[in-house]
Amino acid sequence: MSFAMFVQHFFNALTLGSLYALIAIGYTMVYGILRLINFAHGEIFMLGAYFVFWGVTLLHLPWIVAVILSVIVTSFAGILVDRAAYRPLRDAPRISALISSIGVSFFLQNLAIVVFSAIPREVQRPDWLVTIIQFGKIRILPLTIVVPILSFILMLGLLYIVYRTKPGLGMRAISKDIETSRLMGVPVNRVIAITFGLGSALAAASGIMWALRYPQLQPIMGVIPGFKAFIAAVFGGIGSIQGAVVGGLILGFMEIMIVAFMPSLAGYRDAFAFVLLIIILLIRPTGLFGEKLEDKV
Amino acid sequence: MKKGLLFGLIVAVVVIGFVAFRGQEAPEAPAPEEQATEAEQPVAEGEVVKIGVFLPLTGQNAFGGQLELDGVKMAHQEIPEVLGRKVELVVVDNKSDKVESANAVKRLIERDNVVAVIGTYGSSLAMAGGEVAEKSGIPMVGTSCTNPLVTTGKKYIFRVCFIDPYQGAAAATYAFNDLGASKAALLIDVANDYAVGLAGFFERSFTGLGGEIVSNLKYNSGDQDFTAQLTEIISKEPDVLFIPAYFAEGAIIMKQAQELGADFQIMGGDAMDNPKIVEIGGDAVEGFVHTTFPYDPTMPDMSDMAVQFTENWKKLHPDQEPNVNAALGYDSYAMLIDAMTRAGTTDPEAVTQALAETDGFDGVTGITTINETHDAEKPVGVVQIKDGKKTYIATVEPAL
Repeated sequence: MSFAMFVQHFFNALTLGSLYALIAIGYTMVYGILRLINFAHGEIFMLGAYFVFWGVTLLHLPWIVAVILSVIVTSFAGILVDRAAYRPLRDAPRISALISSIGVSFFLQNLAIVVFSAIPREVQRPDWLVTIIQFGKIRILPLTIVVPILSFILMLGLLYIVYRTKPGLGMRAISKDIETSRLMGVPVNRVIAITFGLGSALAAASGIMWALRYPQLQPIMGVIPGFKAFIAAVFGGIGSIQGAVVGGLILGFMEIMIVAFMPSLAGYRDAFAFVLLIIILLIRPTGLFGEKLEDKV
Repeated sequence: MKKGLLFGLIVAVVVIGFVAFRGQEAPEAPAPEEQATEAEQPVAEGEVVKIGVFLPLTGQNAFGGQLELDGVKMAHQEIPEVLGRKVELVVVDNKSDKVESANAVKRLIERDNVVAVIGTYGSSLAMAGGEVAEKSGIPMVGTSCTNPLVTTGKKYIFRVCFIDPYQGAAAATYAFNDLGASKAALLIDVANDYAVGLAGFFERSFTGLGGEIVSNLKYNSGDQDFTAQLTEIISKEPDVLFIPAYFAEGAIIMKQAQELGADFQIMGGDAMDNPKIVEIGGDAVEGFVHTTFPYDPTMPDMSDMAVQFTENWKKLHPDQEPNVNAALGYDSYAMLIDAMTRAGTTDPEAVTQALAETDGFDGVTGITTINETHDAEKPVGVVQIKDGKKTYIATVEPAL
C-alpha cells in the first residue's frame, strides 16, 4: 500500500470514526443517567437530518439557520418521546423502558415513511464543507476536519454540563439513585427531560453531519449508524462520555482498515463490528472506560 | 449493578439481531383492501376470455407495478379481442408482498377462472405467484422479474424480459467492445441476490472476452460508507467499475467515488433505471452508463412498434413519460394474445405450448424469442446520463 493511499484511508477512517463517536455520545449520556439504552436514538438522528432538509427546501432558510432550528426542534422531539414513552415507565423494570424504546424506534421509522415517504432525498450541502482539498493524490473534505473537532467540542461541553452545572448535578444524582434524588428535592422529571433534550440535540447534530458525508436521506438511515454507535458506546464503556468518543474512533478505524488491509474481507465489515461487540461483552462487559460505573454519567 | 448491566447488554444484543434485520426490510405502505376489478362486461360467461393480472399496486414496488398495469391496460384497449371473443382483464393487487402475491394468483385462478395470468414486477413476487400458477396448470407471463429462478424448472411460467445472466453478459460486452475497457472492478452488495448474480455473469463474460477483473470488493445492504472500498478500487486503476446496485445506493457510491477523485467509467444494471437517480445523485451520476430493457422514449432508431407505443401512450397519459415498465406490461399482454391466436384456442395447455414456441415476436421492447428456459431473448439497451438526462445510447447483443 502506498503512503498516499494509507493517508487517504486514515482520513476516511477519521471521518467515519468521529461520526460514530458523535452518535455514541448521545447514546451513552442517556444510558449514563437513566440506565436506558435508547434504541430510538438512530431515529432521532434521522429526524435531525430530515428537519434540515425541510428547513432548506420548504421554508427556504439559509443552511446554517436550518441546522440550528433542526437541532432545537429535534431536542423537543426527544423530550416529547421521553414524556410519551419513557416517563410512564420510570418506575417499571428497566427492561420495559428498553422495549418501549424499540417501539418508539419502529414508530418513528414508519412515521417517517408516511410523512417523508420512502423515496430517498438529496441533501443540500454548503460548499465550504464539501469543496475537496487535494494534496497530491490525497483528497479530503473540510468535513473530515470539522467532524472530529465538533465531536471533541461537544464532548467537552457535555462534560462541563454534567460536572459543573446544577442540572448536571441533578443528572449525576439521578444516575446514582432516582428515588433518593426525588426525596432530596431534585426535580427528577425536569432533569431527565433536559437529558433527553441534550441527547436528542446531539443526535440531530450527528445526523446532520452524517448526511453531509453520506448525502442521502432515508427513513431507515439511522438504523445501521445507530447500531454501530451503540457498539462504539459499549466498547468505550457505556455511560462514559470519553469512552464513547474513543470507542467510536476505534470502530471507525477498524472498519476502514479491515477493508484497506484485507480487501477480500470487505463484505464482512459489519460482521466484524458485531463480533467485536460480543467479544467485549464476554471479556470486559464494562468496556474500556467503564470500570467505576457509579461515577460515570 | 454489574450483573444487571451485563444482562441488559446481552438482551440488547439479542434485540439488535432482530431489529437489524427488520431495518432492512421493505416498508409496507397502508394498502386499500379492495381489489380493483375491471367493470363487468355485459357478455355471457364463456364468451369472454378472462386474463388475470397481478401486480404490486401498493407498497414498496407500487411505482413499477402501476406503470406495468398502465401498459397492460393500454395493450388491452388496442387489442380488446382474441379469436373473436372479448378479453376481460381481472386485476388484483399483490401489495408488494410474497404471501399476497400467492393469494392473488390463487384467487384469479380459482374464483375468477382466468385462462392465463400476467405478472409481475419483482422476482420474489413472481416466484410466489408462479408456484400457484404452475400447480394449477395455468400459463403465466412475467413482466419485469429478471431472476433466473422465476422460470427454472417451470412448465407454465414465461416472461417477456431477459434474465440477469443475459444482462450481465451484455454489460460486459458493452464495456469490453464499445468502451474498450480491459480492466474492470466490481463493487457488490453481498446480501443481494440480484447484485451477486449480475456481477458474477459480468465477470464471467468480461474475462471470457479477454478482460481482467482487477478488484472485486463487497459491501452489505444498508452500508453508507464506501470510502474504504473505493479508495482500494481507485488504487487499482480500472477502466470501468461495475456496480449492480439499486439506484439510491448507486447514487451514493458515485458521489463518494467522485469525492475521492475516481476517473473511471461507472456502469450499472437495470435496477439503476430510475429517473430519480439524477435528482439524488446530482453531478456525481453524470456520464454513468447502465444496461436496461431496450425501450426508452429517448432512444434513437425506434422500431415501428416502439414509435406507435410512445405516441399512443402520450395520447392516453399526456402528463407522464412512458418507460420501460409500461412497455414490458404492454408486451406481456400482446405476447399472450399472440400465443392465443397461434394456438387457435384459449385452452391453457395449448396456449402454454404456443408461448413456448414464440419466435421473433415483434414487441415494443424488441424482437422477442422465448428460449428453452422460457426466458425472453432480446437486445439489451444501454443508457447514459448526459447533461442530467437519461439518454439511450446503444443496443447491444451479448457476445457470450
